[in-house]
Amino acid sequence: MSRADVAAAILWTGATLYALFGGADFGGGFWDLVAGFDDERGARPRMRIQRSLTPVWEANHVWLIFILVVLWTAFPEAFGAIMSTLYVPIALAALGIVLRGAGFAFRKSVRRLEYRRAMGAAFAFSSVLTPFFMGTVVGAIAAGHVPADGNGAAFSSWLQPLPLLTGVLFVASGAYLAAIFLVADARRAGDGPMEDYFARRALWAAGVAGACAVAGVFALHSEARYVFDRLTAEGLPLMIVSGLCGLAVLAQLLRGARQGLRPLAAGAVVAVIWGWGVAQFPYLLPTSLRIDQAAAPGATLDSVLIVFAVAAVVVLPALGLLYWLSQRELLGD
Amino acid sequence: MSNLLAARELMAFTLAFHIVLASLGVALPATILTAHWLGLRRGDADAMRLARRWSKAMAVTFAVGAVTGTVLSFEFGLLWPRFMERFGDAFGIAFAIEGIFFFTEAIFLAIYIYGWKRLGGWAHWWSGVPMVVTGIGGAFSVVTANSWMNAPQGFALDAAGKVVETEPLKIIFNPAWHYEVPHMILAAYMVVGFLLASIYAVGMLRGRRDRLHRLGLLIPLTIACIATPIQLFVGDTAAREVADHQPAKFASMECIQESGPEQTEYIGGICTSDGVKASIPIPYLDSFLVGFSKNTEVTGLKDIPADERPPANTLLHLAFDAMVGIGSALLLLGLWLAWSWWRRREIPRSVWFLRAVAVSGVGAILALWFGWIVTEVGRQPWIVQGYMRTSEAVTHAQGIWFAFAAVLVLYAGLGAGAVLVLRAMSRRWRAEGDEEAGEDEVPYGPGEAVAG
Repeated sequence: MSRADVAAAILWTGATLYALFGGADFGGGFWDLVAGFDDERGARPRMRIQRSLTPVWEANHVWLIFILVVLWTAFPEAFGAIMSTLYVPIALAALGIVLRGAGFAFRKSVRRLEYRRAMGAAFAFSSVLTPFFMGTVVGAIAAGHVPADGNGAAFSSWLQPLPLLTGVLFVASGAYLAAIFLVADARRAGDGPMEDYFARRALWAAGVAGACAVAGVFALHSEARYVFDRLTAEGLPLMIVSGLCGLAVLAQLLRGARQGLRPLAAGAVVAVIWGWGVAQFPYLLPTSLRIDQAAAPGATLDSVLIVFAVAAVVVLPALGLLYWLSQRELLGD
Repeated sequence: MSNLLAARELMAFTLAFHIVLASLGVALPATILTAHWLGLRRGDADAMRLARRWSKAMAVTFAVGAVTGTVLSFEFGLLWPRFMERFGDAFGIAFAIEGIFFFTEAIFLAIYIYGWKRLGGWAHWWSGVPMVVTGIGGAFSVVTANSWMNAPQGFALDAAGKVVETEPLKIIFNPAWHYEVPHMILAAYMVVGFLLASIYAVGMLRGRRDRLHRLGLLIPLTIACIATPIQLFVGDTAAREVADHQPAKFASMECIQESGPEQTEYIGGICTSDGVKASIPIPYLDSFLVGFSKNTEVTGLKDIPADERPPANTLLHLAFDAMVGIGSALLLLGLWLAWSWWRRREIPRSVWFLRAVAVSGVGAILALWFGWIVTEVGRQPWIVQGYMRTSEAVTHAQGIWFAFAAVLVLYAGLGAGAVLVLRAMSRRWRAEGDEEAGEDEVPYGPGEAVAG
C-alpha cells in the first residue's frame, strides 16, 4: 500500500465517521421535520432529538472539515476538479449547512413560539436538503461525471438518476441511523413511548434506505459500469455484510428486541461506504483520475499521515469523553 | 474580470463576517475562564455569573462561526479551484493541523458550555482550558496558511507549474508567520476584550452601575488593554517586515511613488501618481520607521511593474492609517484605565470614559477589518505572492454575482439573528435571573405539560 493509498484510506475513514455521526445528526433533523404540525404532539420527539444533538453536533460536523482538508491537501487535483464541476450542489449544501447550524443554535435560545417554529423549520428543512445535495455530489463522482481536469457540466453532471438516488439514500440512511440512535437514547432515559416511536420509524427508514440501496445498484449498472463491475466482484463481500447487518436490524426491530441495534445499523452503513471505496479503487474520480495521479508530493502526504496519527491520539479520546459524558446525561443546558 | 471581482468581493465579505466570530472563538475562552477563575478562587458570585452568561453567548457565536468557517472551506474550492488544485498540497498542510485544533476546541467547548449543571467546580474549569490552547493553535494554523500566501516558500515546481516537492516545516514557518500570527491572535484578544467591555459600558451608561456591570467591563477591558501595547509593537515589526518582503504592498500602504531615501510619512490623504493630496506629511518619518534612519531606502510604486501593483492605493493607505489610528486610540484608553486604577483602584469616573469604552468594541472590529484589507488587497494581484495571480486562480463557474447577492441576504439574516438572540438572552437574564432562563426546554414550547 502506497502512501497515497493510506491517505485515501484516511479520507474514507473521515467520510465513514461523518456518515455515521454527522449523518445521524442530519437524520435527527429529518425526524424533527416529520414530527408533525401539532406542537404538543411534536414536542416530545423534538425534545428527545434536541437533547441528543445539542452537545455533539458541532464536534460531529468537524468531520466534514476534516474530509475537505484531507482532500485538498492530499489530492488537490481531485478537489479542484470536483469543486469546479459540482459547484451547484456543493453551494446548495453549504447554504444548508449555514441554515441548519444557525437554525438549531438560535432555536434553543429564543423563546417566542413563532420564532422557534421558524428556526426549527430552517433547521429541519436544511437537515434534509444538505445530505441530499452531498449525496448527489458523491453519486456524480461515482458515476464518473467529474472529469479529471475539472469544469465538467454544471447541471447534467449531477441531475442524473444515480446522483439523485444517492441523494435520497443519504437522507434515508441518516434518518435510519438517527432513529436507531434515538431508540437507544430514549431507552437509556427510560422513555418507553419515545423508544417505540423511534423504533417504528427506524423500521420504515430501514426499508426506504434498503430500497434505495438496491435501486442504486441498478442505477450503477447503467450509469457507472466500472464501479458496478467492481462492486459486484471485489466489493461483493462488503455488500453481503451490509445486507446481513440490515436484515438483522430489521429482525431485531420486528421482534421488539433492542440488543445490538446500534452496531448492526452502523455496520450496514460502514460496509456500503467501504464497498463503494473498494469499487472505485484505484480511482478517486472514476475513471479519469487515479489515487496515485492525484496525490500530493510525498512530504505533504507524510504530513497528512502524521496529522491523522496525532488526531487519533488527541481527538478520538476527547471525542470519546464527550460521547461518554453526553450518554450519561452529564451535559445539558 | 467580472467573475474575478465577484469572487473577490464574495470572499472578502464572508471572511470579514467570519473573522469577527473566529476572534470570539480564539479569545472568548480565556476571558470566560478568567471570570470563572475569579468566581471559584474568591467565591465571587458575580464573576461566576458572568462566566456562565458569556459561555452561553459563546454557544451561539461558536455555532455561527463553525458554519461560516465551513462556508470558507467550501469557497476555497468553489471560488479558487485553480489555486487549490495547484497549491493545495502546500497551502493545505497548515489547515490539516488546524483540523486537529478545531476538532479539539469543538469537543471541549461542548463539554464546557454544557457542563455547568453537572460538572462541578475546578473539574469544570479545567475542561475549558483546552479551548484556550486550541483557539490559539487554530489561529496559528489558519494565519500561517495566509502568511504562506504572502511569503511562499518550501516547494518546488515542475515546468508546468505543478508542485512536485514540498517541505512542510518551511511552509508552516514561512518568513511572514512570526508577525502575522501574533498580530492576529492579539487582535482577537483586543476585539473580544473591547467588544465585551463595550456591552457593559453601554449598560452602565444606561444607569445599570451594579457590581456585575463593573466587573463585566473590567475583566475583558483589562485583557484588551494588556494586549494593545504588545499589539502596537508587533504591528510595528510587521510593517517593517512587509517593507522587506512585499515592497509593493508597503509602497501602497504608505503612498510611496518614487524609490529612495528620506521618504515622507503621509497621514491620511488621497494617493495619486504625482503625490499624496490632502494629507498630513511628516518628512523623513517613513524612512525612519522602516530602518531607524532617514537614509533608509524605500521602494516606490514606480519601480514596480504596473501589472504587479496592488489596486486601490488610497483604500489601502487609508485602511492602514485607520488601523494604526484606532490602535493608538485604544492604547490611550488603556493608559486612562491604568492611570485611574493606579491612583484610585477604580475605573475612571468620567462619563466620557464609558462612552469611549462603549465605542471601543466597534473600533477594534474596524481595525481588524482594516488590517485584513491591507494584508489581502495589498497582496493583489497575487493569490500566491510572485507565483500565481488571483485572476489565474478564479473559477469559470457562472453566477458568482448571484451567489454573492444570496450570501449577502443570508448573512444579513444570520448576523441579525445572532444579535437578536444574544440581546434576548441578555434581557431574559436581567428579567429572570440566570437559573430560570433558557434551561432545558421543549423545542416548541409551551410544552411544560408534556415535558414531564
